[in-house]
Amino acid sequence: MSIARFWRETPRRYNLGGSKCTECGTIYFPPRAVCPACTRHRQSIEKMVPFQLSGSGEVLSYTVVHEAAEGFEMQVPYVIALVKTDEGPVLTGQVVDVEPDRVAIGLKVHATFRKLREEGKAGVIHYGYKFAPVDEPDRGPPSGPPAAAVPASSGARDRAPA
Amino acid sequence: MREVAVLGVGQTRFGELWDLSFREIGIEAGLQALVDARLSSKDLGALYLGNMASGSLIDQEHIAPLILDYAGLAYRHLPAMRVEGGGASGALALHQGYLAVASGQYDYVVVGGAEKLTDVPDATATQIAASTADHEWEVVFGATLPALWGLVARRYMHLYGARREDLARVSVHAHEMGAKNPNAHYRNRLTVEQVVGAPPIAEPLGVLDCAPFSDGAAAVVLGPLDEARRHTDTPIRIAASEVACDTMALQHRREVTSVEATVAAARQAFARARRAPADVQVAEIHDAYSICPLIGLEDLGFVERGRAGPEFSSGRFGSGGRPTINPSGGLKAQGRPFGAVGVAQVVELVRQLRGEAKDRQVAGARLGLAHDLGGTGATSVVHLLERAS
Repeated sequence: MSIARFWRETPRRYNLGGSKCTECGTIYFPPRAVCPACTRHRQSIEKMVPFQLSGSGEVLSYTVVHEAAEGFEMQVPYVIALVKTDEGPVLTGQVVDVEPDRVAIGLKVHATFRKLREEGKAGVIHYGYKFAPVDEPDRGPPSGPPAAAVPASSGARDRAPA
Repeated sequence: MREVAVLGVGQTRFGELWDLSFREIGIEAGLQALVDARLSSKDLGALYLGNMASGSLIDQEHIAPLILDYAGLAYRHLPAMRVEGGGASGALALHQGYLAVASGQYDYVVVGGAEKLTDVPDATATQIAASTADHEWEVVFGATLPALWGLVARRYMHLYGARREDLARVSVHAHEMGAKNPNAHYRNRLTVEQVVGAPPIAEPLGVLDCAPFSDGAAAVVLGPLDEARRHTDTPIRIAASEVACDTMALQHRREVTSVEATVAAARQAFARARRAPADVQVAEIHDAYSICPLIGLEDLGFVERGRAGPEFSSGRFGSGGRPTINPSGGLKAQGRPFGAVGVAQVVELVRQLRGEAKDRQVAGARLGLAHDLGGTGATSVVHLLERAS
């Protein structure tokens, strides 16, 4: 994957930047240009404003993945969940810092900033949100993200868009 | 719009066809269908080809003229077009072919579906299949297609009390049917214990809850119903061909335990055909993962919301069922060559409605339904086929 392709999504993947329809009040993540909930669909164009999610939510459903997606082979078994955030949008992400058998529907979680995967030794390192139980010590809003997704090799770091 | 009939069908066997190339399976199915339809190729108007991912799978895009060429039709300069809609590519191609004949643009068209999965390693095929979900907001975070359907299964079991064994019975049923289909990828029978005890893929789904990656191709010849008797004694009328779409990502659905695109497509299809679910004797329902047909049966209107698990386990959809589902063995046992699936479903229905399905024949089949999904249901296609009286 090119660096730009991941870098351009960093405001969303690092900081949970969504959007809100000022016509009907519905909140979206990732942000949308048009509101699918508005009955007068066209009226919502240019009425969408940025909206920051808090990162708090609860598990709507979860699965323990044993056959990994590419780049996640070293992480199996890992938990993927649908997390319904307090503001409404549902996000797909890993649930970490907890044994898979302790994950349950209704578990309260909070977004946490983590490494998602590496594209080999010289490729891009992908960062973004995962979710951790709120009663575990490691919690809090996504913290201190680096300026951009940077390649693993320091030689390529200088060329990374910031 | 004029009425459209299926005049001929063809299909390769499904499975790991290491000895056959993409173009070989593509033309095999298409030529079988032409012969079956007793159609002279000079009467052919166009080719529609359903395919999900040839570029990623065999490094070849632009495959519709390729198949046309190797079918010996290049010098006729016929129009040939690829149609893509993830796992629903074949059914979407059929929809396009149907529209082309119904509109009068072409009199006779071949609709094919073909996919070659086993020229890449399984892990690569898994990744390519996942790209029919939302790459940026699902796959990047570690989701695969079975993981997303695992999320659906868990939620469904939580809301409606379906049991792990209910899911397992879906696979047991598929293999029971597939055992009678000489084209099927798998012809072995399974037990509930085997399915439940199989290695997990994305819990609660195990390896035997998931359809295999198969190579294969299927094709049909469509033409105007008015002309159908010149080609076949048993024309099969396309009573409805409906497509509906929904959000790309599962996370944006209003409720993940229903595929609303299927609800919409089915409602339109039954309205157009002036039929109801109770009129259907045989149905080919998307079963890439064991949870899929349980939700599918509810979305299509065959069973009340939340009741598919126990109804399925009671044997209601087996032989002599109301309706009998997946006599081909479905995606689980007949196989899952993605772009070919939607066409193969219709090939099976045509054989059933003609009364040519041999020892897997559904008695008294007059109205059949085919249901195909792309991704987690961002595309759903429903066809109704009826034996013309």
